Amino acid sequence: MRIGVYVCHCGGNISEVVDVKKVAAFAEKQPDVVLVRDHEHMCSEVGQKLVIDDIKEHKLDKVVIAACSPQFQGSTFKATLEKAGLSPYVLEMSNIREQCAWPHFDFPEEATEKAKELTSIAIAKARLDEPLTKKTFPIGKRVLIIGGGIAGIQASLDLGDAGFDVYLVEKNPSIGGKMLQLSRTFPTEDCAACILSPKMADVPANPNIHLFTYSEIEDIKGYLGNFEVTVKKKPTYVDPAKCTCCDDCVDVCPVAVPNELDEGLSTRKAIYLASPIAVPHSYVLDDKACLGIFPLACGKCQEVCDPGAINFDVYPEEIKFTVDTIIVATGYDIFDATQKKVYGFGRYENVITALDMERMIVYASEGNPMRPMGKRIAFIQCVGSRDEQVGNEYCSRICCMYATKLSQLLKRSDPTRDIYVFYTDLRAYGKGFEEYYKRAQGDGVKFIRGRPAELIEDSQTNEITLRVEDTLTRNIIEAEFNLVVLSVGLRPNRGTEKIADFLRLAKSPDGFLQEAHPKFRPVDTLTDGVFVAGTVQGPKDIPDTVAQASAASSRAIRLMNRGEYDVDPVMAFVHTYVCDGCGLCIEQCPTNAISLTSRDENSDKSLYPKVAKINEALCKGCGSCIASCPKYALDLHCYTNEQMLAQIKAALADKKDGEVRILVFADDMACYRLADNVGTAKMSYSLDSRIIRVPSGSRISPKLMLQAFSLGADGILLGESEEKSSPYPNSIATIKSNISKVKDILEKEKINGNRVRFVQFVTVMLSGFVNNINSLSDFVRKLGPIPSEGLKRLDKDIDKRLFGESHDK
Amino acid sequence: MINKIVITSENVDFLNKISELSDQIITRCDQCGVCSGSCPMIADMDITPSQMMRMVQLGRQEVMESKAMWICASCFACTVRCPRGLDLSRVAEALRQVKLRQAIDYIDINNISDDEIERLPQIAMVSAGRKFTG
Amino acid sequence: MNLVKDNKKMRIPYFPGCTLKTTAKNFEISALAVAELMDIELVELPRWNCCGTVTSLTSDDLMRHLAPIRNLVRVEEMNENGEIKDEYRLVALCSMCFNVLKRSNLRVMENSEELEKINNFMYLEKDYNGKVEVIHFLELLRNIGFDKVKEKVKYALTGLKVAPYYGCLMLRPKEMGIDDPEDPTIQSDLLVALGVETINNPFKTRCCGSYQTVRDKYAVAELTYDILSRARKEGAELVTTSCPLCMFNLAGRQKEVMEKHPEFKPMPVLYFTQLMALAFGLDEKYYGFDQNYIDPRALLRKKDLLN
Repeated sequence: MRIGVYVCHCGGNISEVVDVKKVAAFAEKQPDVVLVRDHEHMCSEVGQKLVIDDIKEHKLDKVVIAACSPQFQGSTFKATLEKAGLSPYVLEMSNIREQCAWPHFDFPEEATEKAKELTSIAIAKARLDEPLTKKTFPIGKRVLIIGGGIAGIQASLDLGDAGFDVYLVEKNPSIGGKMLQLSRTFPTEDCAACILSPKMADVPANPNIHLFTYSEIEDIKGYLGNFEVTVKKKPTYVDPAKCTCCDDCVDVCPVAVPNELDEGLSTRKAIYLASPIAVPHSYVLDDKACLGIFPLACGKCQEVCDPGAINFDVYPEEIKFTVDTIIVATGYDIFDATQKKVYGFGRYENVITALDMERMIVYASEGNPMRPMGKRIAFIQCVGSRDEQVGNEYCSRICCMYATKLSQLLKRSDPTRDIYVFYTDLRAYGKGFEEYYKRAQGDGVKFIRGRPAELIEDSQTNEITLRVEDTLTRNIIEAEFNLVVLSVGLRPNRGTEKIADFLRLAKSPDGFLQEAHPKFRPVDTLTDGVFVAGTVQGPKDIPDTVAQASAASSRAIRLMNRGEYDVDPVMAFVHTYVCDGCGLCIEQCPTNAISLTSRDENSDKSLYPKVAKINEALCKGCGSCIASCPKYALDLHCYTNEQMLAQIKAALADKKDGEVRILVFADDMACYRLADNVGTAKMSYSLDSRIIRVPSGSRISPKLMLQAFSLGADGILLGESEEKSSPYPNSIATIKSNISKVKDILEKEKINGNRVRFVQFVTVMLSGFVNNINSLSDFVRKLGPIPSEGLKRLDKDIDKRLFGESHDK
Repeated sequence: MINKIVITSENVDFLNKISELSDQIITRCDQCGVCSGSCPMIADMDITPSQMMRMVQLGRQEVMESKAMWICASCFACTVRCPRGLDLSRVAEALRQVKLRQAIDYIDINNISDDEIERLPQIAMVSAGRKFTG
Repeated sequence: MNLVKDNKKMRIPYFPGCTLKTTAKNFEISALAVAELMDIELVELPRWNCCGTVTSLTSDDLMRHLAPIRNLVRVEEMNENGEIKDEYRLVALCSMCFNVLKRSNLRVMENSEELEKINNFMYLEKDYNGKVEVIHFLELLRNIGFDKVKEKVKYALTGLKVAPYYGCLMLRPKEMGIDDPEDPTIQSDLLVALGVETINNPFKTRCCGSYQTVRDKYAVAELTYDILSRARKEGAELVTTSCPLCMFNLAGRQKEVMEKHPEFKPMPVLYFTQLMALAFGLDEKYYGFDQNYIDPRALLRKKDLLN
């Protein structure tokens, strides 16, 4: 082994505090180190060339750079190694700037000692580094899009046009979603059907899009690059190739049921056309409404069908296919207004929802609104939104604007109408929205700030009395209306639940699907290869939905376009000769990456027929599985158990009498970054701390923590990101479980359990970091060193204590 | 009369006191007015329930001189309807209690006529005593 | 005190409250009688004390919860000394008493520190162990099943148009209400079993004014006027209630209503148990009509329901 160590001055940033020459001298004495240099600017072209030349000339096989944070210049130096022909994974950096020279600027001597120790830790890890490479997996060009509303349609067209193979699955007989039901769209008052229609027509016209309507997802198994999808297609009983849309069947059908398109305000027959602009444009026989097909009860529609398009001898079809990525665009349902009992929806004749009103306006423009409108109309905002009493705290975003729209349309088509909008806040945040609101006010729509408390119906006239406080004048208004329109909020579509279960998609607190990161990954999910678009992710209007659909397409193309995708080799692996196939690890994995498989008899001699196997396409590298294995058969590349122990030993080896060591296991996402931020802000904290970087704290098993104490640690702090920002689902739960096991064992040996702590950080909690380190340091100093008898007992039977009998099996 | 109000740290103390006594996060009230719309006693009040909340939010101690909190019948209609999940009846009670604990009763039992006392069921006297006297 | 348990009969602790022993005696008399017919023995709580309605709403007023909790201790005692066997439910008839008892119970169940303080303070009493469940008589009937009520009906009250009135405290706040606070049906479900034609009064959950009747009787009269006029407008001839204060405000204050609204015709208001007694064909002495502020007998005779 030939390790090269480079100590950077960082243009004075380091060398003004830390004596770099002393650190270099220290490094020279370490075993396996064959070359040590110090330099002003390691990251400069000169510095990097130095490393490349040295690697070639001195045949270095590992490189340690004592300089700034690996999160700062790590990728630079990794590229340097690659240029010299070495694996980037044999680079280690010891952070003697952000996490040493900068926070400890007041204590140059102590900082130098600490810098030596940090370098020793890096060297210990480097010794055990393997020359790994990034893993590459093939990926095809097939996408499944679930949901044929405007989001699904837009995404299909983007991906189809880009040359990808699109499978669009929609549960209704026609694509188009809720937009099919709207009258006009705010703030431009475009006719919804007119702008939607051409887009809908483009879908079947695109040769790359395979459209499945009247179909639902039965099952999805697998993972990125290999999603196995099962679709169930319901029979329509009508052959679209033969159907001429002549309407003869509709005339003779004896069944009438509420028409979904009109929210039940009108009826349709059992055989029907889903919408005047339906795509596919073909009739559908609803076998649940029909009098009976097997045995045939009526059959009149078939009798009158001239082209012979109706065929009863058809059955549901099961279609299976495999895709590489998925976009979930299942959309929304409106809030069920019967839940808001004070408003009497469902009991009072003259209380309707905004979607009812949309349909009425569509028909009113043709002269027949389906039910009386009246002259005095009230809109009530925030129905089912911003309301803890029905369990929906969030704002549904579009209701203020759609009420502004509906009220104006009504007012302009009949200026004698008296129209009121009762709101709590009028949210007109988007492009052209405020101007549109002003137009409504100008038209004479009256906006009153107050949330109506109750509606009461006059049982004879069916007029609605509304009681509300006009909060701007503090008057109580009690007024009668002919019609009250409830501006209902949005809920995730009821079909979403099943899909979320198949794909293990998390939900945000408001019930909508959760994005991977609220700022930087708004259309990704934490399941690789699965994206979200449209209202399934949260209430939004049409422009935002279309934007998200195109965004999701772009993210999918990004994964699929090169034909392969890369994954960091920081992944779990199995020491197969130790594994006994007990399977305890399987449940622990939050991404279902572990399975049991039969051993390969030739390469793997073992008593146990089954062995654990990691699916590298799914493994995220969190390390949660490690602590669950009684045999310590599971491990993590780049952060192996051996490497962690070596780092811990190196951190404690030079501890002198009277000194205190606090080991801080800092996660990549939050705590390590935070520590860097603290250093950059030149905030000081206890010199007792030694920070060791991990992908996630869940990697630190109880055994490692107990070994750390045995080796001389006085305190341990696990720093992790908050659950909601963590890329590792379940890490918090794992860490908590590990820590409680450690605390139990410590307490049994009469060692204070509070020596080990777990804190969740966000990267801006600078003083939070400082306080936590300092308080732990103060605490263990007050306690004094751990009594040696306790330490000796700690070593004994650790495995038995952690795992009981399963360890000895 | 248009009032000009000045908000000082004293005002905040009053808000904190009422918040603690009622165990409600009063700053969460966004003045939607559902409470006022639900209140059966509002015809007799000098300020509306939402106005009462607003004054407490701004720490305006003049709210203690209003009639509204005494007119409240503790019917909890506001409580079951508040979209922010606040319990206004407890805020009204806190305001009443601040006065009552200073040994300032709102009604004087002696002022009730003998006829009335004869008619009134005990339950009325007990509950009135609870809400109007200290 | 009958310690021998009759196998068919349900023996359940019962809290009357002060007013049921005086101004609302008819409520108790009718309730006990109809309960007995349904094989329920409402066993009065020994040494009960006033519940101290209305419940104290401040965060710190633990003192005011002593009275209700002391009553709950009695229930546990009854079980311990064998007076009652394995019955920790406490039935209340008066909605206000029900509200106070249940809310205090919920409060100490959620806050063990407060329960400990209360137990320590009442050191001469046994500790309250949190076993009691406070229920309203209507809940008890619902649990047994209104169809069982129907079985006992001898003379269905057909043609009688009744608007049940709920008031506030049996329904609100949500955590202790016995039915949906905006759209309750429990009383009308019961009345339907009696053969009554139930009328929906949109103001059935609007407060009657409660204790404000002491301070300003005309303010309460206005509320009464609104509630009863609307009931009448919807077609009601009679209103039922489950609270002595609601009874007083809705019936007793009709005198003040007529002072301000001379055209207002009196509307009889009864406790729901009185209608049950009538429908069950019990002896007249259990109806308690003499004590009602507005005599219902004229109406009942007209409807041919008074045998």
